[in-house]
Amino acid sequence: MSEPTLSAAKSAVRMNDAMLSSLRPPTLRWYLLAFFLGGVVAWGLYAFGYMVSTDMSCTGLDRPVMWGVYIVNFVFWIGLSHSGTMVSAILRLSRANWRRPILRAAEAMTVFTVTIGGLFPLIHLGRNWVFFYLIPYPNQRGLWPNFRSALLWDATAIFTYIIGSSLFLYLGMLPDLAVARDRCAGWRRTLYGALAMGWRGTAREWLIFQKASTLMAALIIPVAVSVHSIVAWDFAVTVVPGWHSTIFPPYFVIGAILSGVAAVITLMAIIRKAFHLEEFLTPLHFDNMGKLLLVIALLWSYAYFVEVQTTWYAHEPIEWEVFSFMAGRYTPALVLMLVGNSLLPLTLLCFRRIRRSVGAMLVISLLVNVAMFIERYLIIVPSLSHKNMPFVWGTYSPSWVELSVTAGAFAGFALMYTFFAKCFPMVALTDVRELEARKVLVPFARAELPSIAGKEGGDD
Amino acid sequence: MEKQTSPYRWGMVVDLDRCTGCGACVVACQAENNVAICGKKEIAEGRNMHWLRIERFWVGEYPNVRARFLPVLCQHCRDAPCEPVCPVYASYHNPDGLNGQVYNRCVGTRYCGNNCPYAVRVFNFYSHQWPKPLDNQLSPDITVRPRGVMEKCTFCVQRIRRAKEDASGEGRLVRDGEVQPACAQTCPAEALVFGNLADPRSRVARLVRSPRRFRLLEHLGTHPSVYYLKGGGREHV
Repeated sequence: MSEPTLSAAKSAVRMNDAMLSSLRPPTLRWYLLAFFLGGVVAWGLYAFGYMVSTDMSCTGLDRPVMWGVYIVNFVFWIGLSHSGTMVSAILRLSRANWRRPILRAAEAMTVFTVTIGGLFPLIHLGRNWVFFYLIPYPNQRGLWPNFRSALLWDATAIFTYIIGSSLFLYLGMLPDLAVARDRCAGWRRTLYGALAMGWRGTAREWLIFQKASTLMAALIIPVAVSVHSIVAWDFAVTVVPGWHSTIFPPYFVIGAILSGVAAVITLMAIIRKAFHLEEFLTPLHFDNMGKLLLVIALLWSYAYFVEVQTTWYAHEPIEWEVFSFMAGRYTPALVLMLVGNSLLPLTLLCFRRIRRSVGAMLVISLLVNVAMFIERYLIIVPSLSHKNMPFVWGTYSPSWVELSVTAGAFAGFALMYTFFAKCFPMVALTDVRELEARKVLVPFARAELPSIAGKEGGDD
Repeated sequence: MEKQTSPYRWGMVVDLDRCTGCGACVVACQAENNVAICGKKEIAEGRNMHWLRIERFWVGEYPNVRARFLPVLCQHCRDAPCEPVCPVYASYHNPDGLNGQVYNRCVGTRYCGNNCPYAVRVFNFYSHQWPKPLDNQLSPDITVRPRGVMEKCTFCVQRIRRAKEDASGEGRLVRDGEVQPACAQTCPAEALVFGNLADPRSRVARLVRSPRRFRLLEHLGTHPSVYYLKGGGREHV
């Protein structure tokens, strides 16, 4: 075997330059984007403020459909937050080297989506201003929240996940922040210096860093699984026909991972274009993510089939009424959901050419998430519309307030992401460089093939 | 079955063979409990505030059509689905077997409303007003609920409270028939009977032993305290 050598074309400085390019001073286009997103967020905030200052009659909610698009958003955003955990933690533990250029994007996405998702249960409250009743704080009246309620499990799980995923993001960013600190001047140097916590890159620091990262990766997976199981319990532990189903927790987790993986693919395509990272986010990465998406779409299709099949076979009249109402009233949405979540990914992603085409992957991944949003809607709204008492069956359609808040949430996520990309290293710089440093050309007969030498990390 | 810590277990019998569907109970409830006044618009939106509703069903083909009436109020379930899901204990069970609702503790998650299989919980979507002179008939015994709060039938808990206070002042238990909610008091056909199910000699306990009795959505295991009577040899359907 030949000695490991750094490929001359990708010297350390050049790689640092390329991967930290997002930290360059913002352009006019960046300001325009931020301004536009900020405008949409402001509109969403206005709509929310209007609802709080008048009353909830401006929503589309009624009796019996007391949960609507706000809760759909909640489940959707918490689902998206499974991206980072999936890509970083699971792929880290399974040593998939291709994860490296995208892990930062995915981890940041987790933090922002779970934050947005966590806001929706508070947004949807009838009396938002007393939201602190839900928090277990000591008070002279001796009042305590009800831990038998799935909403309290939710709050606990989501707070754990926000803290865990923020730590995960921050920990992985430490060496990159140190690199950024050494390359900057002025306020950025002060900021990165403080955040890097005096990282010097000694062998001992790297050893501890590797251990901590592996540990965090192992610990965040059960948290991620529990978060979406608990979100599913919000529905599964009720007696509402169509919700009360034992398959919900695993089904929701699979759905969450499906939308999470699709969202990472969307982001990869956007970041690649926006920050000119074609060199690091190659079609190979899209190929691998496409395979992952294909597997998860298969799992989702199986779970959905099982859910509908058991209900259809039992044909319990109250439950079946929910399903037939859903299929009748929401036929186009149902078809779109099945096409986007199942049919299209399952057929198209079998082809390597499509998996390696960035444009096609962008379209497919966007479609998956549209379908996942519809899936959440079709779980929540039809079940409530046709509950046990036919005399109080009803319908629901979201109002401008709910749609504005939803738009605000999407824009808010994009805005947070835009700021994050401008302020922090968007590509996991040291992870990628570690990989490049370990790339060697192995002589194989007369040719030399690129290979990866050495073991990953310092933990073994 | 949980231990009975109170001498009372309030319950109601609704005799469907007696009910004429006149709706007097609905009006009485509205007047007694400061229930908000809803117009055409709110009812069309599915946001009416009635704590008690008369469900009307048409049975048979024209011209042999009959109307069926089903008064539905909070069933005060012993194992109420609305109670465990409330994150702030606004919905709770009291020792007398009532499902209480603490208005000023409610944050409006509406989880209880979703989980109530009888759909008897109503939410204040609107900031309700009582136009003059209707504000003069607001009862001082009952909170006027603000917007964003869930509410429902309480079996006129203010009347029960008063009766219990009077009785304990005289050192006795509440006598059968001494207290009844507004709906039962108003019902001209005496289709609604209220009383203490824990007392086997009470009128309601005797009626509950009728072979005509059933409870709504019994298969869910909620164990409602409201019993319905139907059949009685005059069965039409």
